[in-house]
Amino acid sequence: MNWSWISDNRSMIEAALRQHVWLALVPVVAGLVLALPLGYLASRWPKTAPPLLVVSGILYTVPSLALFVVLPGILGTQILDPVNVAVALTVYTVALLARTVLDGLSSVPLEVRQAATAMGFSRLRRLVQVELPIAVPVIASGLRVAAVANISLVSVGALIGVGGLGQLFITGFQLQFLTPIWVGIILTVLLALVVDALIVLGQRLLTPWSRAGRAG
Amino acid sequence: MNILRGLIDFLSTASHWSGSDGIPVRILQHLQYTALGLLIASVIAIPVGLFIGHTGRGSFVAVNAASAARALPTVGLLTLVVTLTGFGIAPVLVALVVLAVPPILAGTYSGIRAVDPAVVDAARGIGMREGAILGRVEIPLALPLIFGGFRSATLQVISTATVAAYVALGGLGRFVIDGLAVRDYSQMLAGAVLVAVLAIVVDGLLVLVQRAVVSPGVSGRTATRSRIHRTGAPRGAGDMPDEDRETAVASLREAS
Repeated sequence: MNWSWISDNRSMIEAALRQHVWLALVPVVAGLVLALPLGYLASRWPKTAPPLLVVSGILYTVPSLALFVVLPGILGTQILDPVNVAVALTVYTVALLARTVLDGLSSVPLEVRQAATAMGFSRLRRLVQVELPIAVPVIASGLRVAAVANISLVSVGALIGVGGLGQLFITGFQLQFLTPIWVGIILTVLLALVVDALIVLGQRLLTPWSRAGRAG
Repeated sequence: MNILRGLIDFLSTASHWSGSDGIPVRILQHLQYTALGLLIASVIAIPVGLFIGHTGRGSFVAVNAASAARALPTVGLLTLVVTLTGFGIAPVLVALVVLAVPPILAGTYSGIRAVDPAVVDAARGIGMREGAILGRVEIPLALPLIFGGFRSATLQVISTATVAAYVALGGLGRFVIDGLAVRDYSQMLAGAVLVAVLAIVVDGLLVLVQRAVVSPGVSGRTATRSRIHRTGAPRGAGDMPDEDRETAVASLREAS
């Protein structure tokens, strides 16, 4: 490990990290925003669930590099455009989270939903104040999977010229020099751990009742 | 639309289908890397997963292995092993196995864990020995989740094998990398479409294998089944008709 290389190239590493965070996390947020209504529709009208699951299954099966290459053709962007990576990762996130949201909403017991309706909750209030909070643990675990997977997948984009930390792997490989590769791997794993911990923290904050039992 | 035409032109050129860098050869190479990686990973992960699931010892490893491996960047792993030990199939195979073991391990472990303890207890009660319990009770009941883990690993390996072309290996990724080098988008697109179709077809085949291998009683496809569906009461590993949903939820829950 060549420490002087690291200090010499700090600004490059930082820029790569910033781009990586952006490219990984924006699709997670966009994916969640798109997946919530899709999952809700599938839980509300069960007939739409099988097509949704099949389509998201197929989309999730497509290898990342393949999707990064096919999207410029569909979107009309340049191959080097980071938008391709962002859109592809959003597609993966939606594919994963739609079925997670569906499972989360389906895990709400029928008695709870009926009790809420009996108490006078409208459908929308019931969704927002009862069903979604109960579904948070399931959705959060899906979110963790999606976020960590995205952080790893952004590096693949480096093969088609979109930077992120993958740039360090390319540089190291071309120079047959291990330091940038180690730095890239360590930073990617650290980033994944931090994002994972943040989502768990968010889950704990959104579900205060899960801690109440233990305190009492 | 010229993109589509370029793709069709590439795929309909006869020379692209013959020779040592033709499409069939690349497909075969891709399948070989995938099969070899999955075989080695299964030989390692399934026994370990069965042991950890059945005895309950070392569950920390199994539960967190999948999440830890998901964080590993595949390109980083590939460039690392190749820079460390040189080019060739062996280092890439190491990377493929490292990425495939955790999903199979997690799936096997969570499958065994999801078996109703009352069933295992009953098996012990009628005098079955540990090995028989594992082989004749736990494994058949755990098959949906084991298959789920295996399918997840297959996707990961096919994806990584595509990227392996970057470190001078063959496979369908070759079209993408070579096409990128000469700015031939049709070639890149052909490689991408072919590998996407390959992944979907292989996954579909695994679903069929799963349907054939998993007992109908376990997957809930028998004529008489008690599904406590309407009240949303907790469901066991076996009675959901869509194995994928249960796999996704179970593996997600295990990861949390």
